[in-house]
Amino acid sequence: MSTVGPTAEERHALGGFERADLRRQLAVVIALVRRALNEITRVPGASIPGVLAPTIFVIGLSSVFGQADQVPGFGAVDFKTFVVPVGFLQAAGFTGAATGVNLARDIEQGWFDRLLLCPAPRLTVLAGVVASAALRCLLPVSFLFAVAMTIGVDFPGIGGLLIALLLIMGLASAFACYAVTLALRFRTQQAAPLMQMGSFVGVLFTPAYVPKELLAGWLEAVATVNPVTQVLIGVRQSFVGETSWGETWPALLAVAGLILLFGAFAARGLRRYAS
Amino acid sequence: MIPVVLALARRAIVGNLRRPQFLAPLVIFPTMFLAVNVGGLTSTTGLRGFPKVDGFLDFQLAGALTQSLLLGGVSTGIASALEIEGGFFDRLVASPIPRFAIVLGRLLAASLVAGIQVLFFLALGLAFGATIKGGVLGVLLILLIGMIAGIGFGAIGQAIALRAKNASTVQGIFPLVLVILFVSSAFFPRDLLSAPADSIARFNPLSYLADGLRDPIISTVSWQPVLEGLAAAVGISVVAMGLSVLALRGRLRDA
Repeated sequence: MSTVGPTAEERHALGGFERADLRRQLAVVIALVRRALNEITRVPGASIPGVLAPTIFVIGLSSVFGQADQVPGFGAVDFKTFVVPVGFLQAAGFTGAATGVNLARDIEQGWFDRLLLCPAPRLTVLAGVVASAALRCLLPVSFLFAVAMTIGVDFPGIGGLLIALLLIMGLASAFACYAVTLALRFRTQQAAPLMQMGSFVGVLFTPAYVPKELLAGWLEAVATVNPVTQVLIGVRQSFVGETSWGETWPALLAVAGLILLFGAFAARGLRRYAS
Repeated sequence: MIPVVLALARRAIVGNLRRPQFLAPLVIFPTMFLAVNVGGLTSTTGLRGFPKVDGFLDFQLAGALTQSLLLGGVSTGIASALEIEGGFFDRLVASPIPRFAIVLGRLLAASLVAGIQVLFFLALGLAFGATIKGGVLGVLLILLIGMIAGIGFGAIGQAIALRAKNASTVQGIFPLVLVILFVSSAFFPRDLLSAPADSIARFNPLSYLADGLRDPIISTVSWQPVLEGLAAAVGISVVAMGLSVLALRGRLRDA
């Protein structure tokens, strides 16, 4: 990463220091993302469970609870198609939690403290950590998608798939912010169960297994106020029917809200950690 | 040998109590999964072929118990691996105690923790409206099967720890635990499982273990499923302890 400032031509062309600063910050974000992605190839043993788990969960649930689609009111969709989007959201959750655990490890080993000594804005460092989660979640998602196509789940269409990917990456970023907040607070990998629990509750306390109308009263009430329900509906829409703006915008809004909320917590956590 | 086993078991229990963050996932994750399953799939009790139960919670309690006991095995494995990583295991080996006591001490602790797990889930079930049709005898039988299974799963975790020698590898078997659990009748009646899980479940000892744990909850004690559950727990324990002893010998040879 270069530390040389912008040239006079650059300043003139870009309207001052802002764009050059932005470029340098982007370089920091890219470097941190590349570091996180390198872990996948250099320590594959650590990432394999996270890649396999959502697929195992979906296939397992389909095998065990597959007959649930026979319950009156379930609709014409088969169970495995119904739960594949849940697996995608779990991939986002696992990746977000793994991001927090990796940060806790970096804190334990002193690497994160050295990173904070770099002349890069702290929010840029946070952005790099979170952006890596958004990209890393594509690995378990791609694996699950390939398996889903193999076992007979219908292709959701390019548009539906792109909307689903956008929502999943956004949700992974939100879960990563949540896990990063915990990592900065507890500063130990032993907080991993807390990180995983947040995403577990977020994803499964939704109409994960059956339509909302078939949920028990208390779970229906929780699912109604859980913003991840909107994300699940947005990801699921193209698998079980047509893609519509009416189901897309609440999902986008929910993801944006979650990122803003947990991003603010993470930024505050980083400020406190650094001070 | 008995005092050594008791001392090592007490050390393991005290260690668990001092680090409750390692114990909490054993009950928290199965509890949440239980809540989601019951809240989401309660209407499936009306499906043709579903056994007669008072509620889906009654049926699911055995699934949560089995899942929790399996996680207990992973936790025992991680604790053993941490002892190896920290050098305590090598100091134990160098001390003048029977080496089999090293295996047994940790497994006795695993069995006691399993007993606590069983009581926790039975109390949870009762608090949320489940009934234990088998009464006090049923509770004692569930406790017996659970504690023996706790030894078996703990021995599997210990054998893996002795082979792998590091905690992260033991942690990595978690997805495998899910796979084995999903191809059993722990969460849903065997006759209602989809292929090929239904066929695999017939040969999976976890199916018999879960059915043995379930029977005293959903009906008065029927001896066939209970004895099959007991046999599954004993079988798993004997085989797993054998593997654990072999792993210990291998580790001593390497050292």
